[in-house]
Amino acid sequence: MELGWLSAGLGAGLVVIGAGLGIGKLAGSALEAMGRQPEAISPIRTAMIIAAALIEGVAFFGLVICILLAFGKA
Amino acid sequence: MFFGNTGETIAVADTLKKAAQGSSDPSWIMHHVMDANYINFEPFGTLYLPHLHLFGLDLSITKYIFFIFIVGIILLFICLLAARGYKKSLIPKGFTNFFEIIILFVRDEIVKPSIGKGYERYLPYLLTLFFFILVSNLLGLVPFSTTITGNVAVTGTLAMISFIATQYSGMKNHGVLKYIRGLVPSGMPIMILPLMAVIEFIGLFTKPFALCIRLFANMVAGHIVIFSLIGLIFIMHTLYVAPISVGFVLFIEILELLVAGIQAYVFTMLTALFIGMAVHSDH
Repeated sequence: MELGWLSAGLGAGLVVIGAGLGIGKLAGSALEAMGRQPEAISPIRTAMIIAAALIEGVAFFGLVICILLAFGKA
Repeated sequence: MFFGNTGETIAVADTLKKAAQGSSDPSWIMHHVMDANYINFEPFGTLYLPHLHLFGLDLSITKYIFFIFIVGIILLFICLLAARGYKKSLIPKGFTNFFEIIILFVRDEIVKPSIGKGYERYLPYLLTLFFFILVSNLLGLVPFSTTITGNVAVTGTLAMISFIATQYSGMKNHGVLKYIRGLVPSGMPIMILPLMAVIEFIGLFTKPFALCIRLFANMVAGHIVIFSLIGLIFIMHTLYVAPISVGFVLFIEILELLVAGIQAYVFTMLTALFIGMAVHSDH
């Protein structure tokens, strides 16, 4: 049993919870705004994709640390 | 199959055999997403790339450097082909038309809203950045090739060049001292001025760092997921899990196409935003 693998697994799970909650809330607000005003669907879609990419960027910081923990030596 | 004299090709075959025999050692995943001194065309053989040691530095041509040159040649070819369409008339047809749609998209959606007046000076660099990242991300999905943006050195260099472009454009527009003083917003109480200065200075460097890590981690994570799903066949020792595995891998490859485009868009848009903030920092 290696602690590196355990910590990487726990860390990856927490990262996924954070990213999922964040992007889910974002998508909820965006879809509600699109439903309220169907003329503004295209700008809202663009802003939603940009914000999702930025939130995913933060999630990937955590992922990189998990990979370093899993595959690093000692 | 040709197995060379160096231990590396034999190492790849060995780890696959070990995984097939029972040990679930996943070090072969990292082996496939990292740089190497050879290109592995698996059923046909390996191409060994030359080692070059100049001035005490190891400047050997590795797989990633070879593919950076290939991306450069592809971009040169595409751009010259597109420019030829403008010889007859200013209204393009065919391939030039398709290229012009992408260039107009970058200009009207990314550069013009972010920079505003005087955006033409920064358009060549931002267009080059967008097409380089897009072509290299897409090239990673072709069989037998690698994703050059899946390496911290390549994305770090792109982020560093964007950082230099941002600071240079800010300093050129406002003068060096006025630009540095413009980093801290005006109208702050004197007490928190040193703290704000430190925070803004550190913020100068975290923005390109985030650009670098975002692009790198997006590309590498996609490929690691694909390798892990294929490795499922070896871990479970049966061939019957192959349809599920290949189905998932197909889905993730399609997602990778989308992610390739989105990451090029986000990198270029954030660079344009930083340049716009530096150039028009008088709010």
